[in-house]
Amino acid sequence: MSAARLSPGRLGLRLFGCLVGLWLIAPTLVVVPMSLTDEKSFRFPPTGWSTHWYSEFFSDPLWGEALVHSLVIATVVAVIATILGTAAAFAIVRGRFPGKAVANTLLISPMVVPVVIIAIGMYIVELEWHLVGTYLGFFLAHTVIALPFVLITVSASLRTFDRRLEHAAATLGSGPLSTFFRVTLPGIRSGVFAGALFAFIVSFDEVVISTFLVSTNLRTLPVQMFSSLTQEQNPTVAVASTLMFVVTTVLLVVIAIVMRGRDRAR
Amino acid sequence: MTDVIADNAVKRSRPGIRGGSALRGRYELLGIPALVLVLVLFVYPLVTMLGKSFDDFLVTEQGHGVFANYQWFFGQHVNVLVLQRTLVTALAVTAICLAVSYPFAYLMTLVGERTRLVMTGAVLLSFWTSLMVRNYAWLILLQDNGVVNRILGSLGLPRLHVIGTAAGAAIGMCQILLPFMILPLYANLRGIDRRLLQAAQSLGARPAVAWWLVYAPLSVPGVVAGSLLVFVMTLGFYITPAILGSPTNAMFSQLIVTQVQTLLAFGRGGAMAAVLLVATLLLLGCAALVTRRARSRGVVAT
Repeated sequence: MSAARLSPGRLGLRLFGCLVGLWLIAPTLVVVPMSLTDEKSFRFPPTGWSTHWYSEFFSDPLWGEALVHSLVIATVVAVIATILGTAAAFAIVRGRFPGKAVANTLLISPMVVPVVIIAIGMYIVELEWHLVGTYLGFFLAHTVIALPFVLITVSASLRTFDRRLEHAAATLGSGPLSTFFRVTLPGIRSGVFAGALFAFIVSFDEVVISTFLVSTNLRTLPVQMFSSLTQEQNPTVAVASTLMFVVTTVLLVVIAIVMRGRDRAR
Repeated sequence: MTDVIADNAVKRSRPGIRGGSALRGRYELLGIPALVLVLVLFVYPLVTMLGKSFDDFLVTEQGHGVFANYQWFFGQHVNVLVLQRTLVTALAVTAICLAVSYPFAYLMTLVGERTRLVMTGAVLLSFWTSLMVRNYAWLILLQDNGVVNRILGSLGLPRLHVIGTAAGAAIGMCQILLPFMILPLYANLRGIDRRLLQAAQSLGARPAVAWWLVYAPLSVPGVVAGSLLVFVMTLGFYITPAILGSPTNAMFSQLIVTQVQTLLAFGRGGAMAAVLLVATLLLLGCAALVTRRARSRGVVAT
């Protein structure tokens, strides 16, 4: 459709669309130049440039350790959530049992209930179980909220998977386990992989529940950012923001490539 | 009789087919670990929290009955004020999100494949970008000597003081929650058959009239679903009001966190969270009902 044939109404709509697109993406990008400022303030745009805050980020144990904690927690959560979520997707898509709809709703609900409510509940029980400030406490809490994303992504893959391939493998003498690992899993792997990456992002970015679960020895990056922001104007938080933005964007691009590859293979 | 025999034959043959797949058809067992996790770390905590709201009292509320925490909540002028402020903010955020999202989602149904991919990409990138990062970005932009105020100043307009106010939190939430409005709206609009518009026009309706009488009513389910979702999310938002707002202009969730984290008043916090939870579930139930009715009527392809 050439621009000349567009009616004024359509042209206006397109302009508006561009503005909304900008509104969605552009504000976030200010953190990148902000991280390169040479003063200790949030003045924007910066008047001079330096990489001082990057060396600050990587040399200050508070920030460095927070980054490591977040990476460890997000990786473990991605693994657990992917295993549990994929298994649950098989139950929901292929299982036949009474109360399946209820079970599905229950598994999805951590995504819908306001996270502040989940945080209060988890804080109360994790205090009782002495899990506050422990890795285990984070693994469990983040897995619960990451699980729905794996379940939804893998279920979608599983619904489009052709089960005759499994029957064919069985007919040819393949055992149940080898059928699963050689036929089923490769067939749904893009969904599983995307689910794992989503779970990683959910955990890596989680801040509300984490503010309740942290201790002085175990902080995550978003919590460190939150407390830094509420205490002082320190541009190190801009470095952390830039890193988080880059990590999420790279993971999303990987997900998009994996999903497109799947579509092409079909 | 023959039906029964046929039925039995099918039943008998099924295990044979299923036997080839990994679990001999016992797929439901695979859901157990995830369900146990959700029951122990999601349902049980919520139940415990609700329980605390009925039996965990501060000294001032002891001996006032099981509903003392709820009576405290609704009896305090400050709490009711915060509740009002939160509801008004949520309404404003929902209205703005809807006004911005509808044209955008509508445009998504009109453009070519490539442009649509770019538009979807923008929505998803925004959706998945870290909450902390987006809130921080808004703090930079909206601060008193920030970019927005610099631009307003150079245009000769009065400067805005929005950081620390409900308006600041609302501006941030409008952008952060936009994807939650666009995605359900687009899912709805995509299913509307545009040939209905041509049909209306061939019967003599002017384009704008045809759009308003035919297209707009069909988009109501998407509008309702998206609006309820955004409204509910605004009610429960914590991080954005905490960073862009302030304790003096607190939102509902900030009040809950203060009670639990600072004052360790689990009963009061639990009661407030329970109020929020009930409101959320009611509104989401409405959204689900509207979406399902639209589907069963068959006006919207899914």
